[in-house]
Amino acid sequence: MTTPAPNPSAPGPSAPALAPAPAPAAVRRTSGRRRGRTRRAPGRPGSRRNTRLLHWIAVHTGAVAAALFFVLPFVFVFLTSVMSDRQAMSGELWPHGWHWSNYTEVFRTPGFLDWWRNSLMYALLGTVCTVCSSVPVAYALAKFRFRGRRTAVLLVISTMMLPPQVVVIPMYLVWAQQFHLAGTLWPLIIPMAFGDAYSIFLLRQFLLTIPKEYVESAKVDGCGELRTLLRIVVPMAKPGIAAVSLFQFFYCWNDYFGPQIYAAQNPGAWTLSYGLETFKTAHSVNWNLTMAATLLVMAPVILVFFFAQKAFVEGVTLTGVKG
Amino acid sequence: MSLTQRAADPAALRRKRARERWCTLGFLSPWLVGFSVFFGYPLLATVYFSFMHYNQIEPPTFVGLRNWAYVLTQMPLFGPALWNTVWLVVVMVALRVAFGLGVGLLVTKIKAGVGFFRTAFYIPYLAPPVAATVAFVFLLNPGTGPVNGLLARIGIHAPNWFNDPAWAKPSLVLLSLWGIGDLMVIFMAALLDVPREQYEAAELDGAGPLSRFRYVTWPNITPIVMFAVVTGVVQTMQYYTQALVAGKLASGVTIGPGSQIQPGYPDHSTLTVPQLVWSLGFQNFNTGAACVLSLVLFALAMAVTTLLMRKRAGLLAAED
Repeated sequence: MTTPAPNPSAPGPSAPALAPAPAPAAVRRTSGRRRGRTRRAPGRPGSRRNTRLLHWIAVHTGAVAAALFFVLPFVFVFLTSVMSDRQAMSGELWPHGWHWSNYTEVFRTPGFLDWWRNSLMYALLGTVCTVCSSVPVAYALAKFRFRGRRTAVLLVISTMMLPPQVVVIPMYLVWAQQFHLAGTLWPLIIPMAFGDAYSIFLLRQFLLTIPKEYVESAKVDGCGELRTLLRIVVPMAKPGIAAVSLFQFFYCWNDYFGPQIYAAQNPGAWTLSYGLETFKTAHSVNWNLTMAATLLVMAPVILVFFFAQKAFVEGVTLTGVKG
Repeated sequence: MSLTQRAADPAALRRKRARERWCTLGFLSPWLVGFSVFFGYPLLATVYFSFMHYNQIEPPTFVGLRNWAYVLTQMPLFGPALWNTVWLVVVMVALRVAFGLGVGLLVTKIKAGVGFFRTAFYIPYLAPPVAATVAFVFLLNPGTGPVNGLLARIGIHAPNWFNDPAWAKPSLVLLSLWGIGDLMVIFMAALLDVPREQYEAAELDGAGPLSRFRYVTWPNITPIVMFAVVTGVVQTMQYYTQALVAGKLASGVTIGPGSQIQPGYPDHSTLTVPQLVWSLGFQNFNTGAACVLSLVLFALAMAVTTLLMRKRAGLLAAED
């Protein structure tokens, strides 16, 4: 370590002045553990290029292998979904003929269209209710100073972590016995009008990033809190709200437990996620129809993803990993 | 607060404070109501019912600690359910984090077609859990499933996956690895955030790829790994849908919708604690025992959450 490192970009931002040589902290850590060893001689340029090529090949072989693991299930599901009834039972991989009629058959299954309608209703109403009720709460938790704010945030995070099964039994009894709403999806939608812990948490994380000068200058201009929220904060928080809406939409669309608890006894209230499971039992061994239905349940979320990738990326960075 | 400073009159100041307090309450009110009505009340009611015998038809009668004694010492399914949940928490979380990190690393190294690979790796995560489970039960079914067909062609005698008590949980792990997209994105972001100079400097010092990972990458991403582990544990303790659907479908029982088959097929190997809560409460109408089990699950989840609060760096980082 007698010669200074010929690295133009050193020292890094974290390099403290305590190191005599202008090397970043991490290097000291790296070299510290293996000081006894001699340095590896730099390879000849030719062998270096070879290693690079080998590295490139290794990485891309791995990538292709991984891609097969992730994509092949979709391919097999799709191929089976267009097979004839008989071929779907044979274990063959490639369809003899393309039976697109399987898809129309699925739509003709009694109830399938109702499941679509119910899923859409649950997901849309649930998302709207969640966003409308969670935005003000998140705003208060992010920007107001009041006693107990920390506790409130911790409580929100705790409820977010708890399994939904913990409180489901008394909840079901109330909805079924007091309100007679068992057999509908309302017991799932109504609570969303009272804030959803996960959405509150994500929105708060987003609102924390809005500089408080904007909020304060709005107040100086004479805006009340509600006007500040609606006129200043909400427009600035659009990406965060979009991400939370998407997450909530997906949550409702994918939810199985909720509809199973509240809608099971009434097939007219089933959602796609819940109905799909019964598809296999109703069509005993018709894997082709079941696979067609499976793809039809997957399609909307994947389509939504392609149209809203940006909001998604925003959401992922919101999930708290920025620390 | 520039506004409060301007108000010199103490009475006006007090009025202002009061108004602010009401304003705060107003903004928080949806959650305050929601928290007490949809969380506080049912939690208290769960405690109440755990001391009651209640079949949801006749009025509840007080039975003291009998439900607790039954669930904790006599109920034959409590042991398997707890064991399966712990097994899944340990194995599934460990493998998911390792695999997610691996795929994340791979994505950062890819030079050609990054966009395609990233999307391909991410999409399965979006598949609704029920649909993904139905797909995997089909892919892995021992009779006509394409996976066993392909394996047989290259001379591998494949297991019976969801139909074999020893393989049912590993099959669920496989399903969870398929949907690794969330962790991949998180790890990818973390890996790209590692300062490049640190790698360059380590390379100049002669560090090979392994020691670069050990001494540069790993220290930089440990917080994210912790985050992935903790959220993974929390999620896996709730593991419900995939296990229940896989068990039902693989059992091949064709009693119509809303079927009364007990979860956990084959041989209770996929029975988890949340499924047992549902089964006790909504299949057997044994409200007392179901509530006891809910509280056990609550205690376990709280323990993990408290642990998280201790290390909450990642979750509250952006505060103030």
